[in-house]
Amino acid sequence: MHGSVTLTLNGETRVFEGPADGPLSVAALLVAIGLDTRKVAVERNEEIVPRSRYADTWLASGDSLEIVHFIGGG
Amino acid sequence: MDGSTAADDTWTVAGRTFRSRLIVGTGRYKDLEETGRAIEASGAEIVTVALRRVNLSDPNAPMLQDYVDPKKYTYLPNTAGCFTAKEAVRTLRLAREAGGWNLVKLEVLGPPPLLYPDMPGTFEAAEALIKDGFEVMVYCADDPLAAKRLQDMGCVAIMPLGAPIGSGLGVQNPAMLSMIMEQVTVPFLVDAGVGTASDAAIAMELGCDAVLLNSAIAHAKDPVLMARAMKAAIEAGRLAYRAGRMPRRMGADPSSPLTGLIR
Repeated sequence: MHGSVTLTLNGETRVFEGPADGPLSVAALLVAIGLDTRKVAVERNEEIVPRSRYADTWLASGDSLEIVHFIGGG
Repeated sequence: MDGSTAADDTWTVAGRTFRSRLIVGTGRYKDLEETGRAIEASGAEIVTVALRRVNLSDPNAPMLQDYVDPKKYTYLPNTAGCFTAKEAVRTLRLAREAGGWNLVKLEVLGPPPLLYPDMPGTFEAAEALIKDGFEVMVYCADDPLAAKRLQDMGCVAIMPLGAPIGSGLGVQNPAMLSMIMEQVTVPFLVDAGVGTASDAAIAMELGCDAVLLNSAIAHAKDPVLMARAMKAAIEAGRLAYRAGRMPRRMGADPSSPLTGLIR
């Protein structure tokens, strides 16, 4: 039913498989990419996804995500 | 005041009190290890940081936080690279989500080669950010009217340039900075243009509360040594300001008595 989800991640098109029992959450996506959620922020379709909502924010094909973190800057 | 040490001479921005009057950027170093060592040597308590896309092909790459501990340093997220108010506001909202910081540095820049502050864009972004609960330290033109307006809007620090970002030209506008300082009651910082230690000392001698710099340390041949030089220069400039310099005079005034000379 859910199958694969095509997302634009930081400007790149990527295809992810949703879990067998339901849609893909932001939390599951971050695990799939291998990111430490404590050090990043996520924006979905130009709206911030609060950390507390990662587990129940569901992704659908066509969603555009920005995943950002701090780097050195002046 | 005399006899007091630098430790007694603090400054406060948005209710947070600091001993160091040097704020340093964390960009343009050779690597993160050098970044960490230079910042440590600078004695800075506040560091500016930028927000960028995670490199998804290398999610385990070392991160700034591993070398510059956010528990030890106050992270000041900036909007470097933002050329519109919309980009700046979006960036700082993400920064707040990434780290939980409300105290931010706003800069909305005009195009290269000057990257001069875009004041209409800066006003627009400052208004939106303040409405959204941010405490905004603002990079701005050395324009007394703009500075006053930003303060009246509720910005918590006014930070004009001494020269274009990364130019290292030093404080090109000391008279104008002094005039703006007269009108500003919130912390006043020079935010760009410092090239070497004497430039930082000049900014502090003018009476700035603090100086923000990045390239002057990061692009020195030995960044860690320059970080130490900047620390000393900021302290020297501050002490000289507090001491009150002697008046300038157009002529000599001998230091030794002209009486009792041998003949």
